[in-house]
Amino acid sequence: MSKPKIAIFDFACCEGCQLQFVNLEEELLDLLSVADVVEWREAMSEQSDEYDIAIIEGSITRLEDEERLKLIRSRAKILIALGACATMGGVNKLKNNFDDLDEVKKCVYGKDAKKPHLATQPTKGADEVVDVDYYVHGCPIDRKEFTYIVRCLLLGKTPEIPDYPICVECKANGNPCLWEYGQVCLGPIIRAGCGARCPSNGFRCFGCRGYTSNPNVEAAKDVIEKFNLNIDDLKTKMILFGSRQEPTIHG
Amino acid sequence: MAKTLNVNVHHVTRVEGHGNIVVNATDGQIKKVEWQVPEAPRFFEAMVRGRSYEDIQTIVSRICGICSITHSLASTKAVEKAMGIEVSEQADTVRILMHYSEQLQSHVLHVGYLVSPDLFGLPSVVPLAAKAPEVVKAVIRLHRVANEWSDLIAGRTTHPVTLIPGGLTKVPTEKQFRELQERLKNCVGDLTAVAEAVLSVASNIPDFTRETEYVSLKQEDPPTYTFYHGDITSTDYDGTVAINDWQTVANEYVSDQSTAKWTKWHRGSYAVGALARFNNNAELLSPMAKDVAKTFGLKKGCCNPFMNNVAQLIECVHVVETSIGMIDELLTKGLKDEKVKVSPKAGKASGCVEAPRGILFHEYEFDRRGNCVGADICIPTNQNHANIQEDFEKFVPEILDEGEDAVRLKMEMLVRSYDPCISCSTHMLDVQFVK
Repeated sequence: MSKPKIAIFDFACCEGCQLQFVNLEEELLDLLSVADVVEWREAMSEQSDEYDIAIIEGSITRLEDEERLKLIRSRAKILIALGACATMGGVNKLKNNFDDLDEVKKCVYGKDAKKPHLATQPTKGADEVVDVDYYVHGCPIDRKEFTYIVRCLLLGKTPEIPDYPICVECKANGNPCLWEYGQVCLGPIIRAGCGARCPSNGFRCFGCRGYTSNPNVEAAKDVIEKFNLNIDDLKTKMILFGSRQEPTIHG
Repeated sequence: MAKTLNVNVHHVTRVEGHGNIVVNATDGQIKKVEWQVPEAPRFFEAMVRGRSYEDIQTIVSRICGICSITHSLASTKAVEKAMGIEVSEQADTVRILMHYSEQLQSHVLHVGYLVSPDLFGLPSVVPLAAKAPEVVKAVIRLHRVANEWSDLIAGRTTHPVTLIPGGLTKVPTEKQFRELQERLKNCVGDLTAVAEAVLSVASNIPDFTRETEYVSLKQEDPPTYTFYHGDITSTDYDGTVAINDWQTVANEYVSDQSTAKWTKWHRGSYAVGALARFNNNAELLSPMAKDVAKTFGLKKGCCNPFMNNVAQLIECVHVVETSIGMIDELLTKGLKDEKVKVSPKAGKASGCVEAPRGILFHEYEFDRRGNCVGADICIPTNQNHANIQEDFEKFVPEILDEGEDAVRLKMEMLVRSYDPCISCSTHMLDVQFVK
């Protein structure tokens, strides 16, 4: 069997997820021995239009990027969304909270905001533009989870991604609950799989892996009540990475 | 000899972010030389509006995957200054160690993976691994140490989680610090091997010079080769400018060539980065770092932008050597369990640190509940854009006779030498030659 051809493409993002490939260190060389990377702009000069697997990093914020993504989809057998920006829009969706995108541009570019090359549109995750076959969650992605998914694909298996909340992993790590320390932690409603990395380091979960498919909203409400907070305290944290954001700022 | 050529590099490779180079020359006359930055803008200054001071670093670290620690530190410093929050000496030292881990990680990535293939005449690090396996292995080992160093102190490699206004959520144990120190001592051999490998191909570093203003931090109390504390200085300016006055240094403007803003101070452009820090502070480098500078013949006042990569190598040695001593000091004083308790208040201030690729400014204003009402961020790559354009204008006529392929390669190398991190701002390279 010939090696599958993989191409990596980046859209609007910090490129920190691609960086996790480099951070695989020696393991990256192992990966390169079982797959042909035919395009990876950040690391290689070579480019190609022929590939089996397309890995998409970043969120979609311009019409030209939507067209580019559709073209990539038409060429690829398998399309993988890599990291929160691609899986759900990521922090870039914060700008969707503004009712008026011209206001957003004015914040940054002032009187020059109307120049044509500064055009923008509401941020979209990859699956709001094309069909996505696999999701690698997180901001940034977890390197171990990524190699697990790639291994599954190469072996023709379906990767199993956790659909239970971060609290499960956090408890298993033996951490004290951050709510007890006055932090508004999103652990109860966010998808596990990162090993509860942030709470294990004493920092609240801010939801970079997205919600579980059936978040336990009642449990979240109970916690809010127990600690004498109101729902807005939770919402203001959910907004950082939540793809189901509601407008909070009016232009 | 009449030369007509057209270079058009759309999205320069092996840089972080998107950039284009365009060159049109007809009959030896250059019609157009342009550095374009078409990266999709992300509007971070708008995205932080309305968000709590506690969440600012979580948002802005996402400006850049490579220098996320730097963005987190700059924003956290600004928040602390705006609200008058004090930071303990221990937290300050641990933060600097965190920052050094990123300098090493970013410089090793840039020099080892992205720049060295050019010096060895190869398209990427993959064929380089076949040609010079021992050197690539040394690069990988150094990169791994840097990342695990970040993991230990920042909670993870990319997008730190331990950094909060007022201090840190967690510091490593004495045992963990001792293990880290041991690993740093073991890095010296690999650093020497990489420096020797680069030195062996140093003749491939283009010999190009253009008088340039170099801007960086400068710390006088105590005198330090600084990445974290201090005020702003430049090679054109004897004194220093306070961080809160950074706008008088950057003088940002919007260029039609770019979705990123450009800057200028005493001249039409200025440069930031490792070479800028070296040109302003070289006498304060650690002893081993000074030795490496000597082997490459790098001295203060160097105006060859390609030497920025050598300066990065020198800084790798500096941060490793300095950190070994800092860990000793930290442990001699004894680690304390520090609880951080802060309360928000209204205020406005700027925070500044040196990113691996140059000086970085963050400014925020908060209301009395600690919600952000305004932000202004000026990243190092943007400060280099105008300088890259001016370098192009002098460099291209000097190499025009070498033909299209050489011009394309050398222009890409020039851009790469600045270690541009365009997603920070917006993306970069497209070289166009017209026939």
